[in-house]
Amino acid sequence: MKQALWGQVIKVKSILKREYEIPANDFALAGEASSNVRKILTQLGVNPVIIKRTSIAMYEAELNAVIHGNGGKALVEIFEDKIQILIYDEGPGIEDIELAMVEGYSTAPDSIREMGFGAGMGLSNIKKNADEFLLESEINKGTKVYITIALF
Amino acid sequence: MTKYFHSVTLNEEKCKGCTNCIKHCPTEAIRVRNGKATITKERCIDCGECIKVCPYHAKKAVTDPFEKINQYEFKVALPAPSLYGQFDPEFSRERILKALLELGFDWVFEVSKAAEIVSDASRQIIEKGNVKKPVISSACPAVVRLVQVRFPNLIPNLLKIESPMEVAARIAKHTISKERNIDADKIGTFFISPCAAKVTSVKAPYEKNESYVSGVLAMKDIHIKLLEKMKNIPNDIKSDLVSSGADGVRWASSGGESHALETNRCLAVHGIHNVINIFEEIVEDRLNDVDFVEALSCTEGCLGGPLAVVNPFVSRANLRIQMKRSNKDFSKENTATDYQNMLWTQDMEYKPILTLDDNMIKAMQMMQKLEKINDGLPGLDCGACGAPSCRSLAEDIVRGLAFETDCIFKLREKVSNLADHMKAFEHVSMPQKEDE
Repeated sequence: MKQALWGQVIKVKSILKREYEIPANDFALAGEASSNVRKILTQLGVNPVIIKRTSIAMYEAELNAVIHGNGGKALVEIFEDKIQILIYDEGPGIEDIELAMVEGYSTAPDSIREMGFGAGMGLSNIKKNADEFLLESEINKGTKVYITIALF
Repeated sequence: MTKYFHSVTLNEEKCKGCTNCIKHCPTEAIRVRNGKATITKERCIDCGECIKVCPYHAKKAVTDPFEKINQYEFKVALPAPSLYGQFDPEFSRERILKALLELGFDWVFEVSKAAEIVSDASRQIIEKGNVKKPVISSACPAVVRLVQVRFPNLIPNLLKIESPMEVAARIAKHTISKERNIDADKIGTFFISPCAAKVTSVKAPYEKNESYVSGVLAMKDIHIKLLEKMKNIPNDIKSDLVSSGADGVRWASSGGESHALETNRCLAVHGIHNVINIFEEIVEDRLNDVDFVEALSCTEGCLGGPLAVVNPFVSRANLRIQMKRSNKDFSKENTATDYQNMLWTQDMEYKPILTLDDNMIKAMQMMQKLEKINDGLPGLDCGACGAPSCRSLAEDIVRGLAFETDCIFKLREKVSNLADHMKAFEHVSMPQKEDE
């Protein structure tokens, strides 16, 4: 079912495709991919409000991959009417997705919380900003976050 | 009023076509074409970075000639607080203001006084909570233009209040026309400016239809004249022209405006590239704990303006001594009883400069092409093509403004290919010989 949703959308060929490396445990570089995407969307003339939603959702997912997933990759595809983002890592995976979605629930260690991250708002923030949001995770295999945002 | 007036202009004769300005421009507004720099007027925010970095002094800020003051019956000088930092602290503030009168002005109204009034009004507006947080200061015109062209999401965060320069000019005009019964049109208000963007904001204001300022004089143009006049003025001279305390004077340097606001959670950033970094963080909701952002385009704030004379770190040291001597009571007296007339009368409209095409589908196709061209460029960002980076050259190519062979590496590649092709003909015998 979940696969079908994604499979369905990749049948239409995207106009633009970009891939970004997300480094592990590097907070200074976290956000570089979403920042790049923001620049592209600005050049395309996308509505500033939509750009903001996209970059917030993507940044949160990127940050999750940095904090929990030992880094990963971001795949961004822009279609005529929407932008699709897949962020995936090969980290430890999420044990209880439903619990992870609860606002304020966090498994981030103290060292990360001390830096002002890991407040447990990331996933709900993605959900709030995305038009479609899907989370797939398998223990010891990794996590995939699918984000779709309509351009109009 | 012209649609795009800019103070920052180029002296073509002096321009050698180097890469210094294109590399420093925060909006990538400059390209070197045919060996000369050209400024794209839609993109320029008049920050003056190019004026500061040009080794050949080919960039300049257009200001008004001093003689313009003679067009007015009554002449008022509006010195920016940064003026006090341009002289050794041995010169008292009274002496500097007196020298302005000797120079030909009839009266002096300190912009630092207006700054204290603006501070009080800002406090009241922020307290009301109608402006989106973090509230961004609109004191620096280059920063406001930056928001207008690059950060549309931050337009609601701007504190839409007149600048101290405007408030000073308005109060000065009203006071003189009332006290001396002179027609407002015959009163000339002249801002003594460290800043190029202020010239633009007077000639083409974004916040209202017309400025109260009659002209803008470059600080560096009158600096020596003031020094000469001050020779004959005793340092302990008394003057009722001094009308502001340390709070207003501090506005000249970074942190001054936020200090006067007395808000705990404020952030002061200076230097246009630092400002861009902070704005990007605000746009992505990463600076939620901050109430007020004071953003100034120049390093060290207005003291680092392109029309200032002294090194900004030196002038800050000078200014600190001037502030210590200031009368604290002024800061308390200078309040805004009614700030309504200080608010902008015009709303700000987003003027996108980065968009490839108004049609999004077309823009996407252009972007696709752009990415492909960019992948083929060397990625050295050397600037030899006249664009600040390989990516901006790729952008210029898809916009039809440049060619791939503007890149010297691409050109070399093409020439080398051509040479290979020619070499392949080396062993081909001439057809004429066969005919024989």
